[in-house]
Amino acid sequence: MSEETPAPLWEVFIRSKRGLSHNHVGSLHAPDAEMALRNARDVYTRRMEGVSIWVVPSASVTASSPDEKDSFFDPAADKPYRHPTFYSIPKEVQQL
Amino acid sequence: MTLVVAGAAAVYTLRIADDCLVLSHRLAQWSSWAPALEDDVALTNIALDLLGQARAMYARTAELDGTGRSEDDYAFMREEREFVNCQLVEQENGDFARTIVRQLLCSTWQLSQWQALTTSTDAQVAAVAARAVKEAAYHRDHATDWTLRLGDGTDESHRRMETALDTLWPFVDELFESDPVTRDVVTSGVGPDPETLRREWDAYVGHVLADATLTVPESSWKPSGGRRGLHTEPFGYMLAEMQHLHRSFPGVTW
Repeated sequence: MSEETPAPLWEVFIRSKRGLSHNHVGSLHAPDAEMALRNARDVYTRRMEGVSIWVVPSASVTASSPDEKDSFFDPAADKPYRHPTFYSIPKEVQQL
Repeated sequence: MTLVVAGAAAVYTLRIADDCLVLSHRLAQWSSWAPALEDDVALTNIALDLLGQARAMYARTAELDGTGRSEDDYAFMREEREFVNCQLVEQENGDFARTIVRQLLCSTWQLSQWQALTTSTDAQVAAVAARAVKEAAYHRDHATDWTLRLGDGTDESHRRMETALDTLWPFVDELFESDPVTRDVVTSGVGPDPETLRREWDAYVGHVLADATLTVPESSWKPSGGRRGLHTEPFGYMLAEMQHLHRSFPGVTW
């Protein structure tokens, strides 16, 4: 509310009508979790984007560091056998 | 004995439409001015809901009063004394606390009214009410959440909420006034007796204010007259701002 101390930041996750999981859509300020949920409804679902909302305090998110990008992600780059591209997937399997 | 008013249903739907339009415009005045972007979006969302309700009720009024006027005619081409909204909705935004208090007082009442109107003998009014109930329920919840946080928040927010309550409380009685128009719509089954909505309103608002550590003000001054076209001073200024574009450039669209 006051300009000196903005309300805490929240990360917003929305599950769309046809979606299977909640996706991160953005963040917003709110004094507490309930108001964050209400604000998320107003800011992110005005055009019927969702049927379910999660809000998580941004402070609770532990993020990987950009400095560790190489050691974190590069080793996966040359291991194509980790991708399930060598298997034929049965037609009945809708989601994989 | 029941005094039947010519065109009472049309006057009644016009009152509801004016309440919605004026409150909508007040909330729209917060656009780009709210304490935070999130509140800005929330208040203007509510404003748009109310505008939709106003449009539907103007459309129904035009059929009932037989004039076939457009929604714009009602909104932009009438003079102050022709508006029949209650005086509470026209009160200035003031600070955020006053806007929230006004919303709590209005939305609680509007929700009860829309709930009662879902069983209106006027099928179109009942259809509008069926949708409006969900919107009004959200408006009331939003105002309730803020009332609890501001009332039971800091000394400063508490003080502002008390001031807002003292300022707006006198305008509450008018919401529940009966007159020949409301008595007629009760008889025809179009709308509820306003007095019957009072008990529920008192219970809900009293409960919220108590939880928010706020005191219910006592007021002996009970202004009234909005339903007869008598309005408070700020209303004329609001109307001038709201209507000037349409009047300066008739039929303008963008």
